[in-house]
Amino acid sequence: MPKTLRSLCAALLLLIAPFATGGEITVAVASNFIKPIEALAPAFSEATGHRVRLSTGSTGKFYAQIQRGAPFDVFLSADEARPARLEDEGFAVQGSRFIYAIGRLVLWQAETNRDIRPDVLRIADGGRVAVANPVTAPYGTAAAAAIENLGLSATLASRLVQGENIGQTFQFVATGNAAFGFVAWSQVSQNGALIRGSGWLVPADLHPPIRQAATLLSRSKDKPAARDFMVFLKSETARQIIRQHGYDTE
Amino acid sequence: MNAILSPADVDAIWLTLKLALTVTVLLLLLGTPLAWWLAHSRARWRGAVNALVALPLILPPTVLGFYLLVAMGPNGPLGRLTSEIGLGALPFTFAGLVIGSLIYSLPFVVQPIRDAFIAIGPRPLEVAATLGARPIDAFFSVVFPLARPGFLTATVLGFAHTVGEFGVVLMIGGNIPNETRVVAIQIYDHVEALEYTQAHWLAGGLLAFSFIVLLALHTLNDRQARR
Repeated sequence: MPKTLRSLCAALLLLIAPFATGGEITVAVASNFIKPIEALAPAFSEATGHRVRLSTGSTGKFYAQIQRGAPFDVFLSADEARPARLEDEGFAVQGSRFIYAIGRLVLWQAETNRDIRPDVLRIADGGRVAVANPVTAPYGTAAAAAIENLGLSATLASRLVQGENIGQTFQFVATGNAAFGFVAWSQVSQNGALIRGSGWLVPADLHPPIRQAATLLSRSKDKPAARDFMVFLKSETARQIIRQHGYDTE
Repeated sequence: MNAILSPADVDAIWLTLKLALTVTVLLLLLGTPLAWWLAHSRARWRGAVNALVALPLILPPTVLGFYLLVAMGPNGPLGRLTSEIGLGALPFTFAGLVIGSLIYSLPFVVQPIRDAFIAIGPRPLEVAATLGARPIDAFFSVVFPLARPGFLTATVLGFAHTVGEFGVVLMIGGNIPNETRVVAIQIYDHVEALEYTQAHWLAGGLLAFSFIVLLALHTLNDRQARR
């Protein structure tokens, strides 16, 4: 019996050994960044031995949850404003914030091989156009600005539908319920090339830049794994992964 | 200080009441025959229909909403049908919300009425028939008064549940003012936009409304039971 027990303990030790060296952190991630973070997390674990738990959702919800003590260590926001507010309010470490990714907007439709440019939106009976919520979602704010700058506000006023976040906006177009949508370039591209549907990359000067900031939360300011993650996110390895997924970096 | 409710908030409240009223009336009209059938049928697939009716109780609204979005979209079976008959695609429209809510609130209306019918049993109808009443007459003069608490519960729950709907609307609504932006969505937007004061007013209002509705229901049903 003791022998069985001993081998059982040994087996258990073997099981947990790969993880035993590092700590574990929980990262709250804006939903537009799901794909890159799923590539970044294993790379980080491999480099440091720390484990990462991911929680994805909308920036506004995370902001409210963090204010009320949500158990996150690092917050990857979809904008710059809310991490800044968290720092001012003392929920995040003052000065820890930096821009980890700059999002690009694409006018997109689900059918492949279409020649798509903003003029397609001028066709009166051209179907609905999906945007993320312009008030709450940074990609929605950018889409509204691009529509304004393209002189399409009046044309599109009655045809816009709003997704709660950029993921839902994409879903509206992918299911055929909206003919076009302003979605994130990262959702439809890989290594700089379009991988689904047809798209027109909106020139970056048509909307305010979608600058996404990361910040270290105050409750984790002395947590080595969390600090390591912030460092990793600034590394060239991480920046390369982020660019591969359709974002610019600073 | 800002006004307590913005014009957009008021629009959302009106839209929500309009939706809940439409859905409740339609559900009472469609749900009563269904409840009758469920209470009296001996068909073998009655169990399956009962299960289908109860499904929205346990399905996450996001599942329901996602299937509706796909089914009602231009490439879905329901979407093809509605396009065929000239209605166009239903997502992002008030009609689409009505259909979604009909399914979502179905068990809340059908089940209380069905249970009331079962509780009455066949006896009163048989007596009415012996006394020469035709079935329709017997239904309105015998069954309906006896089943009134069931109808009352069904009406109140159907209405309140539609008012409180969120997940389905989020999935198929598209957040269009005066068309699909109901109170629950408006609250969500306020919270997302960090407008907590406005969110509190609307959310508190909804809470008070729900409590009052349920309190009224219980009071009425108690009074009926004592009679």
